Amino acid sequence: MVPTSYYLILAAILFSIGIAAFLIKRNVITIFISIELMLNAVNLTFVAFAHMWHQVSGQIFVFFVMVVAAAEAAVGLAIIISIFRARKTLNVDELDLLNH
Amino acid sequence: MPANYLWLIPLLPFAGFLINGTLGRRLPRALVSAVALIATAVPAGLVAWLWATLYSTDTPLTLNSGPWIAVPGFHVDFSLSVDHLTLIMLGVVTGVGFLIHLYSIGYMANEDGYWRFFAYLNLFMFFMSVLVLAANFLLLFVGWEGVGLASYLLIGFYFKKTSAANAGRKAFVVNRIGDFGFLLAMFLLIAHFGSLDFSAVFATVGAHPEWHAVRFLTAICLFLVLGAAGKSAQIPLYVWLPDAMEGPTPVSALIHAATMVTAGIYMVARCHTLFDRSPAALAVVAIIGALTAIFAASIGIVQHDIKRVLAYSTVSQLGYMFLACGVGAYTAGIFHLLTHAFFKALLFLAAGSVIHALSGEQDMRNMGGLRTRIPVTFWTMSAGVFAIAGIPPFAGFFSKDEILFRAFTSPGPLGKILWLVGLITAGMTSFYMFRLWFKTFFGAPRFEDHSLDSHGAAVHAHADTKLTVVAEHDSGQAAHPHGVHESPWIMLFPLVVLAILSVVGGWVGIPGHSAIERFLDPVFASAPIGGELPAAATSSGLELTLAVVSVLVALLGLYIAWLFYCRKPGTADALAQRFRSAYSLVSNKYWIDEIYHAFLVTPLLMFTRGIVELIFERGVVNGSARASGMTVRGFAWATRNQMSGNIRSYAGWLAAGAAVILAAMIFGRALWVHL
Repeated sequence: MVPTSYYLILAAILFSIGIAAFLIKRNVITIFISIELMLNAVNLTFVAFAHMWHQVSGQIFVFFVMVVAAAEAAVGLAIIISIFRARKTLNVDELDLLNH
Repeated sequence: MPANYLWLIPLLPFAGFLINGTLGRRLPRALVSAVALIATAVPAGLVAWLWATLYSTDTPLTLNSGPWIAVPGFHVDFSLSVDHLTLIMLGVVTGVGFLIHLYSIGYMANEDGYWRFFAYLNLFMFFMSVLVLAANFLLLFVGWEGVGLASYLLIGFYFKKTSAANAGRKAFVVNRIGDFGFLLAMFLLIAHFGSLDFSAVFATVGAHPEWHAVRFLTAICLFLVLGAAGKSAQIPLYVWLPDAMEGPTPVSALIHAATMVTAGIYMVARCHTLFDRSPAALAVVAIIGALTAIFAASIGIVQHDIKRVLAYSTVSQLGYMFLACGVGAYTAGIFHLLTHAFFKALLFLAAGSVIHALSGEQDMRNMGGLRTRIPVTFWTMSAGVFAIAGIPPFAGFFSKDEILFRAFTSPGPLGKILWLVGLITAGMTSFYMFRLWFKTFFGAPRFEDHSLDSHGAAVHAHADTKLTVVAEHDSGQAAHPHGVHESPWIMLFPLVVLAILSVVGGWVGIPGHSAIERFLDPVFASAPIGGELPAAATSSGLELTLAVVSVLVALLGLYIAWLFYCRKPGTADALAQRFRSAYSLVSNKYWIDEIYHAFLVTPLLMFTRGIVELIFERGVVNGSARASGMTVRGFAWATRNQMSGNIRSYAGWLAAGAAVILAAMIFGRALWVHL
């Protein structure tokens, strides 16, 4: 049986990769993917803990996160498409209209 | 009349003010006029009812409508009171007021701001009624301030004209100086009597016969005189009244001749119980009155503007009323107030009719020969001129003569001097009024009938009246729409009524059978008059002699005016040339305005601009505003750089924050346990 800590370490690695990608990458789609990565890292910790404590609520929570992530993906991609149509770019450093 | 109806007298004009003031802009002119007329006609009817109720009874009608200010040891009520003095004032205010409203409908027919004019006029009627109905000093002060406000608004009616706006401001500021005196008098009354109620204060004075010439009563009276001098345009505060002629002529007739300016005389007469106890204050009143009378009359002699002549004559006649009050002849003062209200309102309205006929011309040098062109105006104005000049049997003769007689018989040498000054003033009055009469109505016309067409537009824009009224009532004569023309009947009717009153109005005060003296006796006789002069009132032989002397003086004035301005029209100019320095002194009004400006206005402006603006305005007000601005800027500068607009930097801060919180949760707790 794989110890719970393995799952948690894997989740922490995935989350850190997500954060690093989020901070470093300029492409909006990549940033978006990194957010999904972070969400799924969290999902992994939920499932790990649910298995550890034999509690089903952690697994239920994962479903909620997946639903929200799906909705977020739908809305987010729609926003990205309309931004691209308007600005002809996906570079976040150029999407700083509010700063001017 | 039930006392409960008393409030209707002021409140109906107030309702008229509210209706015309809020909705008038959108109402048709006929409706505006109807509202204004009803709002003054009904109170006039109520006053007639009051007269019928109170004529034969001596007990005043009082109404207390509840407390206004109530603190321990002091209270002021909303209380009204009507005695015979109030009746006379109410009669003048509502009666003459109604006639002038009627006249204004014709006079203002083609003016912009018609609704505004009638709203202000009704507002004035409201405050003036409050002033005369008030049963305590504070309510009187409300009316007192209110008529000042209405006067300010109406003087500045043509507010686009700088001179009118300045005149309104001058009137307001000068009146404030007087009001300051009134306020101090009220504070002293509260300090010494603990009440502002007329009956309470006067009863207290009556209960202390030993209070004769005591210092605090004199102080109260002198402060009241300052207030009265402001409102009634006496030396040294008379300067605002001649400038007030910038207002429309009906306003000059109503506010600056017949009613508001007599408020000071009314107030002195109302407080006669106080003044009777202070011979010094009475002497001040008499001297101020006599000086003002002769001073203003001398200026009136050389004025060319028809309304300014009447303005100085008003100041001069108000001086007569002050003089009467100052020698304790309150009845004579109120009698002159009454007749003056008739003939001076008439003179102003007739002058308005002349100005109207000449399409806005006010300079008498450009008049002449109008006798046959505007006959109704001529005849009615003649009644007014004869009345003010003191020719029997016109109204002014009886009242002016009564004042001169009472001045002559008042004790001490002062009385004789006052009489002499009054007599000289009477001669000057007669001279300048007949000068006006001759210059306006007799001789060759000095205006060009049709020249008015060319510069008529300019006259319209700036002068007080618009001639386009003509277009309405004789539009058939399209060839000369701006020719000399008689006014419409709605303006002539008030003239005729006032002319009749100017002829017969004095007959209520024929010596020996004086109805007005009997009528006012309950008001004024209740107080013992300081001196022992009533004994002299019986000497009818002396009175007759004095009357003959003053009539002769008036006729002399008439004769000189005829000589100068009718028989040999160049005489006056020749005299003015010969005594050029004296003429220039008088025609520049003794440089009083300039002196006030140099010694009072300019230093005050320098003080406010220099000290107040520099230190307070720039230092305190601007400084504190700037300091708060700088604080915000400082904070903004410190935090501004965080708001880069770069999403990834925000995300970085977010992640760093989360890391810090996480670290605090893990290591902080351990640290806490160790400590």
